[in-house]
Amino acid sequence: MEIKHTAIAGTLESSDIQIMLSQGTNGIEINLESDVIKQFGDQIKQVITDVIKDYGIDNAKVKAVDKGALDCVIKARTITAVQRSIDATEPNWEVL
Amino acid sequence: MKNNVNRELPDNLMEKMDYKPFESVEIGNPVVQRVAPTVRVSNGENKIKDSLEDVVKENVKDGMTISFHHHFREGDYVFNKVMRIIIDMGIKNLTLAPSSLTNVMNDMVVEAIEAGTVTNITSSGMRGSLGDAVSHGALKEPVIFRSHGGRARAIEEGKIKIDVAFLGVPNADEMGNANGMEGKAVFGSLGYALMDAQYANKVVLLTDNIVAYPNTPASIKQTQVDYIVKVDEVGNPDKIGSGATRFTKDPKELKIAKMVNDVITNSPYFKDGFSFQTGSGGAALAVTRYLRQSMIDNHIKASFALGGITKPTTDLLKEGLIEKVMDVQDFDKGAAASMHDNPNQQEIDASWYADPDNKGAVVDKLDVVILSALEVDTKFNVNVMSGSDGVIRGAIGGHQDAATAKLTIISTPLVRGRIATVVNDVTTVVTPGDSIDVIVTEVGIAINPKRQDLIDRLAKVPGLPIFTIDELQAMAQKIVGEAKPLEFTDRTVAMVEYRDGSIIDTIKEVKD
Amino acid sequence: MSDNEQRLRRTMMFVPGNNPAMLKDAGIYGADSVMFDLEDAVSLAEKDSARNLVYQALKTVDYGNTELVVRINGLDTEFYKDDVYAMVKAGIDVIRLPKTETADMIHELEAVVVEAEKKFGREVGSTNLMAAIESAKGVLNANEIAGASDRMIGIALSAEDYTTDMKTHRYPDGRELDFARNMILHAARANDIAAFDTVFTNMNDTEGFMRETEYIHQLGYDGKSLVNPRQIPMVNQVYAPTKKEIENARGVIHAIEEAKIKGSGVISMNGQMVDRPVVLRAQRVMNLAKASNLVDEEGNYIEE
Repeated sequence: MEIKHTAIAGTLESSDIQIMLSQGTNGIEINLESDVIKQFGDQIKQVITDVIKDYGIDNAKVKAVDKGALDCVIKARTITAVQRSIDATEPNWEVL
Repeated sequence: MKNNVNRELPDNLMEKMDYKPFESVEIGNPVVQRVAPTVRVSNGENKIKDSLEDVVKENVKDGMTISFHHHFREGDYVFNKVMRIIIDMGIKNLTLAPSSLTNVMNDMVVEAIEAGTVTNITSSGMRGSLGDAVSHGALKEPVIFRSHGGRARAIEEGKIKIDVAFLGVPNADEMGNANGMEGKAVFGSLGYALMDAQYANKVVLLTDNIVAYPNTPASIKQTQVDYIVKVDEVGNPDKIGSGATRFTKDPKELKIAKMVNDVITNSPYFKDGFSFQTGSGGAALAVTRYLRQSMIDNHIKASFALGGITKPTTDLLKEGLIEKVMDVQDFDKGAAASMHDNPNQQEIDASWYADPDNKGAVVDKLDVVILSALEVDTKFNVNVMSGSDGVIRGAIGGHQDAATAKLTIISTPLVRGRIATVVNDVTTVVTPGDSIDVIVTEVGIAINPKRQDLIDRLAKVPGLPIFTIDELQAMAQKIVGEAKPLEFTDRTVAMVEYRDGSIIDTIKEVKD
Repeated sequence: MSDNEQRLRRTMMFVPGNNPAMLKDAGIYGADSVMFDLEDAVSLAEKDSARNLVYQALKTVDYGNTELVVRINGLDTEFYKDDVYAMVKAGIDVIRLPKTETADMIHELEAVVVEAEKKFGREVGSTNLMAAIESAKGVLNANEIAGASDRMIGIALSAEDYTTDMKTHRYPDGRELDFARNMILHAARANDIAAFDTVFTNMNDTEGFMRETEYIHQLGYDGKSLVNPRQIPMVNQVYAPTKKEIENARGVIHAIEEAKIKGSGVISMNGQMVDRPVVLRAQRVMNLAKASNLVDEEGNYIEE
């Protein structure tokens, strides 16, 4: 699966995370901004990477601005960003 | 060596600084020696000085200890004014010993550290850019953090020897009689500054309001003051307090406050003549409101309220639900104004408030206190000093002191954003678990197992969910996930004293 | 379903579906039901985002015993089917259909729910339904709507759209809602399901809120839809039984137990036969009393 265009999901509100996804050429590259990067940076990147891989996407650039989101929020926002970036017409029930 | 809350302390520093490890919250009856300041005799002529520069030049020398109070909080103009002159004069190796450091002082302190002007700091706490700088090793010598009661003790026993105290006041007469209640930038009680006024070798008042002699009521007395310097403005009245105190509408804070009130009113201490202390902050103010209703419903009056005072508390005084307010500082304009108007609101100094090495402090008579926390651990130890990233961003305040109350309640959300509040081990132990009785979160409470009496009593309260502290910790971790442990270097950037002067924990330099 | 008869539904708290902070904390305020909103609280551009977020929250956040409801987008929208599928897959307790006007709309929804249950391996029939009535037509068809499916657990008045449809608006005394409130309540009672009153949105008018809640409690409503957690304790206070009601209910429960021990089919109290409605009411009072923290585990009244 390929990313067709840049897509964004989520907000900068507290407990949310904003994910911006665009085409990449060098695997999954994540640029993460977070107040809890020391404690949860690796975990946040893992959740984002897992979702993107579940869609069969090998290359992507991710800009993530985290405001203390829980894993379930990170997963939901990443799914939405991916769905939007590939112009999906219905949810991917396997990934959801 | 390890202390009694299982913290590894650096032997070399403990020895060099002549510290004992924390052992117990019991103070006992030691005999201590107090010190007295030197006095430059004067008949009071020419105390008023036009030039702050001249006063600094004549009185501040390399290697001295200087102090300030933080009653102006975020509206303080005095600290930066004085420090600017000191830095520009090239004075070096000072020890900075303020009652606390607020955010408006941060950048100036960082500059003073970089210039070599300040090489040692003792304070109740620090935040922002200063906390960040210290946590990254800006100072060679470790900062010493002391509670308000601990600072009073250290001053009285000569551990802090203040050479010059620069004290901003909203009014003073030509001899130095001053209070915190009248003028433009009023803050009410001068509680913390009274220690400096009494024990510093030189006392310099800064004021924008010289009034006729004799100025009464005098909190700081002419017998203590060397110089009075007239300045344009001592503080920004709009930033001193939180202004009109707003009742929180945050449903989570309200839920916690309601539960705190349930704990208090179902405890054995809730009876006529009880005493309490609440802090500032949304949940604490809400507790005061719930408590008011419970006091009315049960026909109970409090003998006194203590501590940092807010308007909701002085309203209870006015209403007759509290007999006396013992006031070491005021958090808002309403509380400050009330001190002016109400003779039952007694100004107390930090020693009277909370000094453990005393012939009895007011905290010794305290029944119930509600305190906050950045973290609480499964041993009930509380951290109010270092953030979840390990960086210094807090203050002990009166936390350790007031926690000696008969019922100490920590009110805190279970998680903040993605940060668990209830953890296995706090980053920094500030207040030992031995003095904590109940933790209240939005999901329920945990009671210190050594308080079986409270467990028995509160178990009967319907709708008050009781968990073990381990259960609360597990719930918090389930929500946020497992955090990666913080990394620190071996270098100690701060020593945290317990109120008795022993070391309860140290803070290490963060590794980035 | 006995579980449905026993379940208290005093408070149904609305939670905007695209707000992570509110989704995370929705379970802590003691609402009997929480309703995640994918409809009016979510802008058109964020429908997908909110659906994904509510799905993930349902899968991971511990909401305890709270009844979990989701308000999906209407039958006439492009989001409706994906909403149903995602929520059924997540194992939602109740799907709430907005703007319900006919029993057929419930039938249509039920067909999609069955599809989804089969597709995602959930037990067919495990997803409950409820209808929001928001128009004159819906009010007039309330009885058929309430009885449209065995899955129906409740019917709710939604007054904003309804008053617009009626060419009026909301007034403080609520007289414009009298007919709708009574129709919906009768439809609910006639079909043995719950009746929910509409929201009260002015958080600063505590008196108005209490007045309206006392009124719908008097009518016989099971509870009220809420927009703010601060309203929960106020509703619970209105629904709390009195000491006298509790003592009477305890007497009835005691009589039932005695009859059981004696092996007698007839329950009598103070020499009078206790019939089924009295028993049901007594059980409901004790349920409410427990939920209101007025009795201990054994049902003894707690003195102030």
